[in-house]
Amino acid sequence: MNIVWKLFFVFFKIGLFSIGGGYAIIPLIQEQVVKSTGWISEKMFTDIITISQMTPGPLAVNTSTFVGLQISGIIGAIAATIGCILCGIIISLILYNFFQTHQKSTYVLEVLNGLKSASLGLIISASCTIILLALYGGNKSNLDFLALNWTALFMFLVMLFILRKWKINPIVIMLISGIAGLVFYS
Amino acid sequence: MKQSKNIYVWLLATNLFISAFTFGGGYIVVPMVRRFFVVKKQYFTEEDLINMAAIAQSTPGAIAINLSALAGYKVAGIMGVFISCFAAIIPPLVILGFVSAFYKIFISNIIIAAILKGMEAGVAALMVDLIVDMCSMILKKRSFFFSIMIPLSFIANFVLGINVALILLVCCFLCVLQVFYKKRKDK
Repeated sequence: MNIVWKLFFVFFKIGLFSIGGGYAIIPLIQEQVVKSTGWISEKMFTDIITISQMTPGPLAVNTSTFVGLQISGIIGAIAATIGCILCGIIISLILYNFFQTHQKSTYVLEVLNGLKSASLGLIISASCTIILLALYGGNKSNLDFLALNWTALFMFLVMLFILRKWKINPIVIMLISGIAGLVFYS
Repeated sequence: MKQSKNIYVWLLATNLFISAFTFGGGYIVVPMVRRFFVVKKQYFTEEDLINMAAIAQSTPGAIAINLSALAGYKVAGIMGVFISCFAAIIPPLVILGFVSAFYKIFISNIIIAAILKGMEAGVAALMVDLIVDMCSMILKKRSFFFSIMIPLSFIANFVLGINVALILLVCCFLCVLQVFYKKRKDK
């Protein structure tokens, strides 16, 4: 099979089975691109995760772009990325339309309400991981008071205060925190 | 015609912008979409946003892409979906194309690491800000069932490490059961 098609199908599969997103899908991607196809090495995969954290964009999209580029250049990157996102977009649209047209049904309405609450719980869970990463450098086993990054905690509280008070543009917050990082950490 | 063309251009620019700043996981897109689509342009309400976020979360794939697609759909139909998704994948494609060419140098750069470390605190603040607003919105409805669902799914995922798909499935099941029980009681 043509390698571009194969890239598309492997990442289609990854996209299809990656409910919830984030770091939960790392093992799935690893299984597909390192173990079963041997497209990239274990070392390179770890590097990709690091790069994904450093560059904007969802992890799955970044990984597909990177692997696609390594395997067959820009065409491969596009094929892998489209494969990765296609399934989610189509199912999201179908589900959205389903909920819109069946708004009168109590069952449908209550299931959507439940999903709202549950997914908010999941967003809080993901945020806790992000907060721990920011304040402790991702070292979950060492939640000591002394290991706390005071600079990060200070920046976090100031930023939160600004946000609650003035409802400032998120992109401005990202720029300010990036500059603050440059000043405090380098 | 001119009006719709303006919307397409706005969608393209906004999504390019949002995608270029999606550091620290896809969830950051939710406050971004809220800022541009709900607060600034009022294309849809906060309630719509929570609905879309729940759907984007409950379907396979990245929540960032799914939510961009749904927001684009709400504003400009199928054409909006194409534009939003195109705009959402261009920044990672360009940036990674650039980075992958010399990624060894990139990974060990101190200045880049310092900027990214700073951005982590910004992402954390943005997420907490969003969570406060979303929680108060659900709690305002004064339903014990839906309020308790928030801490339950949090504990299931964060503390117990239960798979996201399983949590959402159990949640759907409980909701159906709840309606079924209520309807029987009403009879």
